[in-house]
Amino acid sequence: MTTDGTQQGTADDAVDEGTVSSGAPSRRALLGWGGAGLALGAVAAGGTAAALRTGSDAQPAAADATAGSAVAFHGAHQAGIATAVQDRLHFAAFDVTTDDRDELIALLKEWTKAAALMTSGAAVGGGAVGGLAEAPPDDTGEALGLPPSRLTLTFGIGPTLFEKDGKDRFGIKDRRPDALIDLPQFPGDNLDKTRSGGDLCIQACADDPQVAVHAIRNLARIGFGRIVMRWSQLGFGKTSSTTPEAQTPRNMMGFKDGTRNIAGTDAAALKKHVWVSEKDGPEWMVGGSYLVARRIRMHIEIWDRTSLKEQEDIIGRDKGEGAPIGKKRERDEPNLKAMLPDAHVRLAHPDSNGGARILRRGYSFTDGTDGLGRLDAGLFFLAYQRDVQDGFVPIQKRLASIDTLNEYIQHVGSGIFAVPPGVRDKNDWWGRELFARSA
Amino acid sequence: MRALRSSTVAAIAVAATLTAVAGCAEKNDSKGGGGKGAVEVTASDTACELSKKEFPAGHVRFAVKNKGSKVTEVYIYAAGDRIVTERENIGPGTSTEITAEIKAGSYEVACKPGMKGDGIRQKVTATGKGGAAVKRDPKLDAAVAAYRKYVQEQADETLPLAQKFADAVKDGDVDAAKKAYAVSRIGWERTEPVAESFGDIDPKVDIREDGLKKGQKWTGWHKLEKSLWETKKISGDDEKLADKLIEDLKDWKKRVGTAEINPTTMANGAKELLDEVYTGKVTGEEERYSHTDLVDFKANVEGAQKAYELLKPVAKKNDPALVKELDRQFTAIGELLDEYREGDGFVSYDTVSKADQKKLSDGVSALAEPISKLAAAVVTAK
Repeated sequence: MTTDGTQQGTADDAVDEGTVSSGAPSRRALLGWGGAGLALGAVAAGGTAAALRTGSDAQPAAADATAGSAVAFHGAHQAGIATAVQDRLHFAAFDVTTDDRDELIALLKEWTKAAALMTSGAAVGGGAVGGLAEAPPDDTGEALGLPPSRLTLTFGIGPTLFEKDGKDRFGIKDRRPDALIDLPQFPGDNLDKTRSGGDLCIQACADDPQVAVHAIRNLARIGFGRIVMRWSQLGFGKTSSTTPEAQTPRNMMGFKDGTRNIAGTDAAALKKHVWVSEKDGPEWMVGGSYLVARRIRMHIEIWDRTSLKEQEDIIGRDKGEGAPIGKKRERDEPNLKAMLPDAHVRLAHPDSNGGARILRRGYSFTDGTDGLGRLDAGLFFLAYQRDVQDGFVPIQKRLASIDTLNEYIQHVGSGIFAVPPGVRDKNDWWGRELFARSA
Repeated sequence: MRALRSSTVAAIAVAATLTAVAGCAEKNDSKGGGGKGAVEVTASDTACELSKKEFPAGHVRFAVKNKGSKVTEVYIYAAGDRIVTERENIGPGTSTEITAEIKAGSYEVACKPGMKGDGIRQKVTATGKGGAAVKRDPKLDAAVAAYRKYVQEQADETLPLAQKFADAVKDGDVDAAKKAYAVSRIGWERTEPVAESFGDIDPKVDIREDGLKKGQKWTGWHKLEKSLWETKKISGDDEKLADKLIEDLKDWKKRVGTAEINPTTMANGAKELLDEVYTGKVTGEEERYSHTDLVDFKANVEGAQKAYELLKPVAKKNDPALVKELDRQFTAIGELLDEYREGDGFVSYDTVSKADQKKLSDGVSALAEPISKLAAAVVTAK
């Protein structure tokens, strides 16, 4: 057939020109009448506007967090770490199948472009509709008509991208950060290889699960032939927030979780515990962070048969208010000595771990049942830190060895990723500095 | 074949009936149709008005406006209600444009307010000489001709192999029948989308138990597969089914030359073959008793590759990057499959680990994603 050739050109052009393509249908454009009725989970998120951050440490972006709005994609740090925690998660780990460095770089550039579009509420490529009838649409379409829903896409790099089976796959082996360690085996770990590891990861968070899933699905599709999906995890309820002024969310055990989490507005704590500094190096990671992901299965049935007092003793807080044992209010300073020696809060507290703090961003999950009629439920733990050797590793060593909670939980999946600094502008791309000056 | 296939069959049947067409529908145009030379179709809840009822054969554009209150659809029918092209879901107040390459002859345009019934019809005439109306790249005509030859060869070569299988079944020789089973299916698997385009043959020869409709008798390869591997007994009915299989395959062989093949159906056929691999073979569903899935897998890939290779000269001109990627991925999947070779066939699929099945699945995805773009690359320059 003879089709006007210019129609084909619009997609790429639009991407080059900016974040929202005029040629590609924008979810926001389709919502021209305001979209207030489609705010969906945003209200339930309980998020206030205060903590949407995308840029420098000192200046929280004044974004509207109440109406499924967009979170800026570009900035000094990647969004999805210190920015306000959304309601829903789709986390995916990928393995790279190409051994061609240029192809990998091309993929990262394509991914970054698509991520910028999707986080702004636009469709990828030439959009989901209106393209050639003979071709499958570039965008899969299930997010059409939905607001950006505060979608953030956070990109990380696993140890195996630097070296796998002794092979320097992409000429970046010598650029692997010391902090990107292979996590040690912790007592009680029962890790499923098919739910662990990965050369790359993308954390998609949004207030609407469909928007998060759409993002992962489309990125995977763009990558087929160069990457494969290794595993992925859906999360349905945040278990920690970075917005302390909002109500602290509860985890599947029914307890408030993340009361003492690092706040997105606490620049000093972020600097001290989350962002990689110039002194830490390597240079390409400055402004980035390290992510530990753990799939923690909870034996919720036996937890539910545990008396209230025992539950509270195990956690170290009361179940209603969330106050530390012996205190009145949730945010009262805990008296660790008032708790049992093996209470979870006591063991995890910075004072018990040489001041170690991590920024938690986990989600509850329930992946149906396990074949024995038990809910396959738990916590998909996500934690960001400046160095896992000062963060997750010492904390988990303590928890894994003596925490009574271990009777009710089991770590069944694990991943560690170096999360590079933010994408600065439309010419920048995920991992650029890693690949820039090597080989 | 797929367990649930009625929609696929319908879709292919539509594609296959496009005698007059190397047809296509262009982008929705929000500015509204019209334009020079287009046949304007004004659809309402009670009427289907055309700006002209006679137009030259060739590339014809229909500018459709829905002025009614119901969602409508517009069909262009040739004789015998053969669908030339159609567009569904045209909302009230919206416009769209449909294009088709139409040979000289009589047609009907139907508007279907509410998207049901036979619609409100208008007779139209495409004037001019018949055959010359559709202009296509001669390279594509050559590709279609070569593919048609390939399809016929596959059918021709299948018959004696299937006969050998059928004879073994009728002799009650389970071992010989098992040996002859998978190879008897290769030609079929290579060209399955063409066979499926007839609609009636595939459900007779290649249906699986779970795909049967209520009251449908189970016939064909997979019924015999179950007898050989699962019940391990050949019944009197099975012997009759062996004859029936040959009869149906002869019908296929006779009709395959008349199948409607054009560059679009070729490219989409390649994609459908990989869809089959992805949903039926990688999962081990297709050959659940014999576990010869990898033989089918290989045949599906070969058939897809044949269609691709024939379309490649045109695709290469229109989308060189796509061709490069497809070459790479066809090579990769071939190498991956080679790892599972055993004797002159493949290992039994029930011995392939879950991790290896994932590798195969990932390999198919890597190939199927670019092949889904082949149809566009043969009809449009990028």
